Amino acid sequence: MTEKARSKLPCRMAKVKSPRQVYLAKRRNDKITTVLLQIGLLFVFIGVWELAATVGWIDPFITSCPSRIVKILGTIDVKDLFIHIGYTLGECAIGFVAASALGILIAVLLWRFKKLRRVMEPYIVVLNALPKIALGPIIIIWVGAGMQAIVVMTVLICLIVTVISVLNGLMAVDEGKILLLKSMGASRTQILTKLIFPANVPALVNMLKINVGLAWVGTIMGEYLVSTAGLGYLIIYGSQVFKMDLVMASTVILCLLATAMYLAVAAVERIVKRKYHGE
Amino acid sequence: MALLELDRVDLIYQTETDETEAVRNLNLAVDEGEFIALVGPSGCGKTTVLSMIAGLISPTRGSVTVGGKPVTAGSGDVGYMLQRDNLFEWRTIESNVFLGLSVQKKLTKENREYALAMLDKYGLGEFRTHYPTQLSGGMRQRAALIRTLAFKPKLLLLDEPFSAVDFQTRMTVCDDVYSIIKNEKKTALLVTHDISEAVSMADRIVVLTGRPATVKKIFDVDIDAPTPLKKREHPSFSQWFDRIWKEVSL
Repeated sequence: MTEKARSKLPCRMAKVKSPRQVYLAKRRNDKITTVLLQIGLLFVFIGVWELAATVGWIDPFITSCPSRIVKILGTIDVKDLFIHIGYTLGECAIGFVAASALGILIAVLLWRFKKLRRVMEPYIVVLNALPKIALGPIIIIWVGAGMQAIVVMTVLICLIVTVISVLNGLMAVDEGKILLLKSMGASRTQILTKLIFPANVPALVNMLKINVGLAWVGTIMGEYLVSTAGLGYLIIYGSQVFKMDLVMASTVILCLLATAMYLAVAAVERIVKRKYHGE
Repeated sequence: MALLELDRVDLIYQTETDETEAVRNLNLAVDEGEFIALVGPSGCGKTTVLSMIAGLISPTRGSVTVGGKPVTAGSGDVGYMLQRDNLFEWRTIESNVFLGLSVQKKLTKENREYALAMLDKYGLGEFRTHYPTQLSGGMRQRAALIRTLAFKPKLLLLDEPFSAVDFQTRMTVCDDVYSIIKNEKKTALLVTHDISEAVSMADRIVVLTGRPATVKKIFDVDIDAPTPLKKREHPSFSQWFDRIWKEVSL
């Protein structure tokens, strides 16, 4: 080693990172590579799809391809598109809110009245097992073909699951805490408002998260059955006239909308979790 | 007149398959300011007795009176402290301490101040706005006791209140709880399976028989020491322990 190199040593030593810094750098790198890979995967998928269609490995008439999807999105009247989105979003939102509210109400009643719970148990089991889509024709005849039928379908698909999961949460509250409140002389209503509800806030938010997904299932199913507008309508219409570009474009929009709604509920969840400390 | 009186109390549990006689002809009188421990073989129905005194279940025969009146849950005469602290995780310590007051619709300015003063007095003042998860086991137990005392019950029921804390904290929490209860001049009834705990805390120890539970023997413990820890160090402690232990296990 030359004198010159030796004199540089202390300076190089100072650059050695602490274990903490090494760990944090590794964590950051991990996160960055994960995100890059996620984005990369999407681009590879789109690229391969486009390439396969251009080169002729697949028939874009049947599979469509990214450039054609973009093209058709360009040709659709924006106002028209928003009307379709508006219909689907509206049906989904109304169904979601109605099913969640009604589900919570029914669950509370079942929690409050033991006899009612016992009597209703087999009916809930059967309704839960039943594929709700089978009720489609009945719904159409009873409420009419239109937006109302789609909302009813959405509510039916979400409702029973909501009731069951909320009721489970209500029933799972620690017996010791109930006993404590009873020893203080709390009424059933007080037990509900002071203990059962607050203890279930995280579970309720979780239920909302599940319902977002189910509400989309209900809405699109409903639109497949009866509709004159909406993304589900576009998909069905597109497939019937064999316009796969339209089908794919609608699916992509649907994907974005569902993600946005899910993220909105997830944001609510984070806020609630922060407020309701602990589990 | 005694503060708490159990007069020829019987309790029979009904289930689909069976009828269980849990308590038979139980007589007990507790005077104001006394600290009573209830011990007995495991499964003898100690907790059942407490539930009756708390007014959560009513005896099949006989009567339970507090201050001459038959007990009902919610009269606010009896404060029940359970095995675990049962603090509500989503409420701050202060708000937990107000729980009983708000249930009984007694959340007046005066009562609030009384409860807050107790938090200050027993070293939890600065944790008022903290959440239970931020407190140690011993502090949580103290908060649970203050929550019970906040609505000024005449009688305090303690159902193995230290069983959920680890052994080391147990000794200090035991001392804390004892000094708070004595300080506030409360009447207390402690249920425990730990004989040394009973001997170190109680003025009188009531030994129950196996099921159906009834009073087997009552001991007036006269260890001359100010706190549970000091009582444990007293020479006569082990004699008392032996006497009670023999009575329980015989």
